Amino acid sequence: MNFPILSSLILLPIVGALFLFFTKDKEGNNLTAKYVALFTTVVNFLISIYLWIAFDQSTSNFQFIEDRIWIEGFINYKVGIDGISILFIILTTFITPLCVISVNNSVKNRLRDFLIAILIMESFMIGVFCALDLVVFYLFFEAGLIPMFLIIGIWGGTRRVYSAFKFFLYTLLGSVLMLVAIISIYWITGTTDVVKLYEIGIDVKYQNLLWLAFFSSFAVKTPMWPVHTWLPDAHVEAPTAGSVLLAAILLKMAGYGFIRFSLGLFPVASETFTPLIYVLSVIAIIFTSLIALMQEDMKKLIAYSSVAHMGFVTLGIFTLQQQGIEGSIIQMISHGLVSAALFLTVGVVYDRMHSRLISTYGGLVSVIPKYSILFMVFALASLGLPGTSGFIGEFLILMGAFKDNFLVAVIASLGVILGAAYMLWLYKRVVFGKLINEDLKKIVDLNRSEYFILSCLAAPILFYGFYPDPLINTIEVSVTDLINMHETNLASK
Amino acid sequence: MENLNLILPEIFISLSIMFLLILGVFKKQGSKITFNLSLFAILITTIITINETFSVYRETLFNGSIVIDQMSSLMKIITLIGGFLVLIISSNYLKTFKIYNIEYPILILSSILGMMVMISSNDLIVFYMGLELQSLALYVLATYNRDQLKSSEAGLKYFVLSALSSGLLLYGCSLVYGFSGSTNFDIISNQLNSDEYVLTFGIVFILVGLAFKISAVPFHMWAPDVYEGSPTTVTLFFTIVPKIAALTVFIRFLYVPFLNLIDQWQMIIVFLSIASMIFGAVAAIGQTNIKRLIAYSSISHIGYTLAGLATASNEGIQSSIIYISIYVVMNLALFSCLLMLRRKDQYYEDIDDLSGLSKNHPLLSLCLLLILFSLAGIPPLAGFFAKFYVFKAVLEQSMYFLAIVGLLSTVVAAFYYLRIIKIIYFDKEKEKYDTDHSLWLKFSLTVSTILILLYFIFPSQLIEVVSRINII
Repeated sequence: MNFPILSSLILLPIVGALFLFFTKDKEGNNLTAKYVALFTTVVNFLISIYLWIAFDQSTSNFQFIEDRIWIEGFINYKVGIDGISILFIILTTFITPLCVISVNNSVKNRLRDFLIAILIMESFMIGVFCALDLVVFYLFFEAGLIPMFLIIGIWGGTRRVYSAFKFFLYTLLGSVLMLVAIISIYWITGTTDVVKLYEIGIDVKYQNLLWLAFFSSFAVKTPMWPVHTWLPDAHVEAPTAGSVLLAAILLKMAGYGFIRFSLGLFPVASETFTPLIYVLSVIAIIFTSLIALMQEDMKKLIAYSSVAHMGFVTLGIFTLQQQGIEGSIIQMISHGLVSAALFLTVGVVYDRMHSRLISTYGGLVSVIPKYSILFMVFALASLGLPGTSGFIGEFLILMGAFKDNFLVAVIASLGVILGAAYMLWLYKRVVFGKLINEDLKKIVDLNRSEYFILSCLAAPILFYGFYPDPLINTIEVSVTDLINMHETNLASK
Repeated sequence: MENLNLILPEIFISLSIMFLLILGVFKKQGSKITFNLSLFAILITTIITINETFSVYRETLFNGSIVIDQMSSLMKIITLIGGFLVLIISSNYLKTFKIYNIEYPILILSSILGMMVMISSNDLIVFYMGLELQSLALYVLATYNRDQLKSSEAGLKYFVLSALSSGLLLYGCSLVYGFSGSTNFDIISNQLNSDEYVLTFGIVFILVGLAFKISAVPFHMWAPDVYEGSPTTVTLFFTIVPKIAALTVFIRFLYVPFLNLIDQWQMIIVFLSIASMIFGAVAAIGQTNIKRLIAYSSISHIGYTLAGLATASNEGIQSSIIYISIYVVMNLALFSCLLMLRRKDQYYEDIDDLSGLSKNHPLLSLCLLLILFSLAGIPPLAGFFAKFYVFKAVLEQSMYFLAIVGLLSTVVAAFYYLRIIKIIYFDKEKEKYDTDHSLWLKFSLTVSTILILLYFIFPSQLIEVVSRINII
């Protein structure tokens, strides 16, 4: 494969952003900017689909590798994908065009700049999932802070400044320790190339500290309890498209990082710290579900539900079982689709009523039925009803957990019930009941673009709920190999 | 016969200074021509430096009291380019305050001459001569806007405190001379060993004096006041050019005469570094004046450069030099933006004056955004790589504490940079600023911002140049 397809995936949004930068910024509905952004992101999506078709599922080796000397004798610009990363790339390229379409209704001022930020964000996110060098990974991982900070800060709600700062500083604080760890790995092993590091392995005596340093970064980004507090703030204040990107993709960077780096590079330490992850995950699942139950604000509720779902993901990853890890990956993909959809559904009513409070609503089913049906699909997918993609992920994770630790699995299963409780209660309060608020009578149902976005999200959620094989086939070999590598590493040490 | 070609740059620049002085006496209203000629002189000096000394590996002159090596030629070039850029963007500012006089370029040239002597010095006396030459020019420059109370105050403060530090430095030098019997660095290096307790005092005095010159905590007190009071273009000069020279001398002292005494000074440098990083980051949070804020931020940046020096390795020295080079570019860009905040012959320097800048001046705000994120060390901008190389060198020596403290203080520092970005981007807009800036100002802002933004594409070149520097 000579054509640098991954680099073009990373660069294309930046080219689009540059193009936008040189167009004129018009007030109001800037169609040119929107079409340029849409075109770029759709092309990127098509490229990534081609990537999936051309991808060889029978091997766990990295494919489409590009390896160029970047800093002489130190860092190579190395990108490549395996079965795990390709799904995240497709998720990214799939969600971003939907975000671009959704700005129609939510972003009123400086539309062009907003689209530039989204496009730049997309290329950084794709970069994170392709990077096969620790330094390159760190660059993309951190660089994403800049556009996200601006998205929250410029286009956010009333407490946007506080939220943007909290988001930025929390994540930065977590990440700097990872930088120390990355440089230390370079001095210990002489390389930051992930593939080489998989082969040579890292001395056991360093693993625990290095693992903790990576953990500090990923735990903040995931987010895990107790460092999850930036998430509800960021979500609530960010504009809809920002929340969608944050929930659907940014959070997945950490889960991906856990699989790729924590498990892959530090097998012994991962085994040692499994209890820690279990405890934090279980607390996240139960505790944040309870918090979600109490929320008055819809966006906040969904934000806390994200924390709980990511609790399942971390739990699944560190079961170190085939089912657990596969379940985590599918759960991440599914959560990417479902949380994006939920934020968009909240965005729809917010654009009309300018209120995120649950108490504003009630009885929506009688005025906007299309909306209510789609909302129901997403709510059910979020609580993991069989037949939706949410179920496959949670089921596999719990299966892995039962194999590894019965008690943890039982408590986590309780979390599923709580998840159902807050989601159904939310749905009941918003959609059913009597139509009390007079203003609601004038609310209009989904317009064409909203209907399109939400259906686009509902389709894969249902499809993969009934037929998850394409996903599982893609990741299967890579995960099996990861587990095998993990076991051999453990055995040899 | 000595090979005088090696000090041709110094000779040429001193001749130009004398010529310009004479020209100034005879030609009334000659400030414009003096400006242009001095720019020309710096340019020629740079070319001579590159031609004559850049390929020289290491040569000494005048019984070893002057040394021309890779570090000295590189640092001289950076100094000259820094001086050149300061001069070309100064003129509009000076005209506004009606201080567009012949003395300004001449003073800058003489301080550059002093710095070049400092950079090449391999002898205590030569070093001190260069130091005083640059300092005297800088005192005058600080008070250059003499009708303003703050400027005079800045100059006086700088003079008194700097003289004190020079005194300490001299005392240290005399102690070192007493123990080694020579003023030549190479001979001192051979004579000194760590058995003598009193010698430690000498080292400490010298380090204190040098720390004062680069404004490392706890010898930073003068910096905020002087930076605030001096005319903005002089502040720009202060924040970049003397620091390069002082840093070179710092490196030279630590790694030539005191090379065998690493145990004695390493802890001191680590302390200076950590204190500067933390204090610079914390103290900047409460500032309302941009120039004061830059003063504190430059203190913390000096902390990072010192972290590289503390490693006692060639990689560390190289990383410090890379850091200071990138820092020069970032500061130049930042000050170019600051000089653009002008409305009807009035310059604005409060952080609040930036409020809502992005509405009326989107390009300027974008540049500021990139510069500030770069100063905060966020990838993929140049500032990140500067920190990255330093911490790479620090971690090679397993100095984990220094690395972790340094990186954590970047998070604190990020807070105040973010605050400025917040004011620019999230707050309500104010009146428009003038946009008729001089071409040079626009040029320097564009070039430096592009360098900051696109450094990550070609990071190897700078490393390649710097990696030829092998002091130890």
